[in-house]
Amino acid sequence: MSAPGIRRRDFAARLWRRPGARAAVLVLALLAGGALAAPVLAGLMGRDAETVDLLARLAPPSLAHPLGTDELGRDTLLRLLYGGRVSLLVGLVGAVAAATLGTLIGLVAGYFGGRVDALLMRLCDGFLALPLLPLLIVLAAIDPAKLGVPQSLAGGDDASIYRIVALVALVGWTGVSRLVRATVLSLRERDFVTAAVSIGAGPWRIMLRHLLPNALSPILVATTLAVGSVILVESVLSFLGLGIQPPMASWGSMLTNAQELITTAPELAVYPGLLIFATVVACNVLGDALQEAIDPQQQARESGA
Amino acid sequence: MSRFLVHRFLQAAALVAIMSFACYALIGLMPGDPIDLLLSSDPRLTPEDVARLKALHGLDRPLVERYLAWLEKAVHGEFGYSRLYAQPAAGVLWPRLVNTAALMGTTLVLAAGLALPIGVAAAARAGTRFDRIVNALCFAGISVPTFWLALILILVFAVSLGWLPAAGIPMARDPGVVDRLRHLVLPVATLALATLGGHVRYVRAAMVEALHQDFIRTAHAKGLAPRRVLWRHALRNALLPYVTVLALDCGTLVSGALVTETMFGYPGMGKLIFDAVMGNDYNLALLALLLVTALTVACNLAADLVYAALDPRIRQR
Repeated sequence: MSAPGIRRRDFAARLWRRPGARAAVLVLALLAGGALAAPVLAGLMGRDAETVDLLARLAPPSLAHPLGTDELGRDTLLRLLYGGRVSLLVGLVGAVAAATLGTLIGLVAGYFGGRVDALLMRLCDGFLALPLLPLLIVLAAIDPAKLGVPQSLAGGDDASIYRIVALVALVGWTGVSRLVRATVLSLRERDFVTAAVSIGAGPWRIMLRHLLPNALSPILVATTLAVGSVILVESVLSFLGLGIQPPMASWGSMLTNAQELITTAPELAVYPGLLIFATVVACNVLGDALQEAIDPQQQARESGA
Repeated sequence: MSRFLVHRFLQAAALVAIMSFACYALIGLMPGDPIDLLLSSDPRLTPEDVARLKALHGLDRPLVERYLAWLEKAVHGEFGYSRLYAQPAAGVLWPRLVNTAALMGTTLVLAAGLALPIGVAAAARAGTRFDRIVNALCFAGISVPTFWLALILILVFAVSLGWLPAAGIPMARDPGVVDRLRHLVLPVATLALATLGGHVRYVRAAMVEALHQDFIRTAHAKGLAPRRVLWRHALRNALLPYVTVLALDCGTLVSGALVTETMFGYPGMGKLIFDAVMGNDYNLALLALLLVTALTVACNLAADLVYAALDPRIRQR
């Protein structure tokens, strides 16, 4: 654990040397920048993403509408940027929520071991053996009022965002929990843990202060990769009409009507999907690059050197 | 070995049993129960009528009691009627299952047939430009949203070029084999492209691992042709983990097919579940969900068993 500063700089340099990582960071920065700047652009254009203009339906690109308009005359560029806010937010928050739940379960399973570990890992196996998409569809269709969720929360504008984040966390924790458990198992017998026990540190202090920091790099990699898959899940559910609800838009929900309009306005089917695709590729490439920067030996093995 | 078998089998059976209750409870949480539907079609019903109807159909009883009543009928093969199709739910399911199996089988054969040579070639040339291009294409395949890929394929091959139909199943009452196959091309292509990337990466990783083993060096040292070392010695060892991936993929394809089937209007299990959930068809949704769950769990079990059967190191444990 000596000189962590040098190791960190080393790690960043290894990451930055990979052209894929640089391109992925650039793509993600551009998309995030566009999403953040959306209200500014909307102010400049004097309209927002939900302004309907039935006289300008399916308009071709022009100065007023750089990417044209959709079937309700809404500006496509603004809709894409605002949709990006929702998609990226859900991807990031959903991945972090799933990773947090997975980290807690992995810490508890790995640290306490025995029956607790066996129970949690059987639960994990069980989740992994389930047909995810059909279950997600049923879960997305349930009525939160029947679960006793107050109307103020279930009926709010952001309700569909909360719901999707909760769903993703509920089904997405398994991968991280296994990683964390494996790391904790290998660390538990090390001297610094024994030392912490001997000075009287409680189990939660040991888990959060001593074990968690050592498990952060695999968690980081898994979370980065998860952002991509969460965005994919969100886009599928929203596309099927079970995710983000109108008038709010995400890239997935923007594609809901694309199939009917595919002969008249094929570009409406192309743009949102292209952005989802670019985001997910960038997350996967970045996750892969992080993995290799953290563990250079494995990379050397894999490239056959 | 037999202890391992029994243990895994019991575990899978327990999971299906737990999931049957979970699914039952979940379906009950969907909006609009049968009484709500009656109420919306006949607004003259008073709250007293509603309470009476609920008591009549046992809907006022606790969840566990209702589940046990359902279970008792279910083990006797009675799964109730489908609301959307007006026939026994079990009867609706069978032809759909056959359709999904046809779609999945074709896709798996195609994906495995392509993934093996590509993955082996990439592993044999690890680190070269070819390997990097394959890797980039795999990333693209893993990252593409299936429904968007389907949209783009429809846009290009059905709308712009007009080469292939955009529907997954012919409209004609008695379609010929050629017609059926033509309609299958786009759905199968969508599913195969979406799964291929993961398969290639898996084969490549398993091959790279195998090529670093000592017996490969021995095989080279005793003068075997490189081609023989690659295809006979390395591949046989790399195939082992890949077979389990294939079995696992049968499970994921049932779900993955949901999007593809919906996009192409293909009458399979996935589209059935989606339609049943959206159309408040509880009996059908529950039964279909359970069947898909049981099938997925069974595929996972099969993956473990195949692995154990092929690898003596596991059998001995």
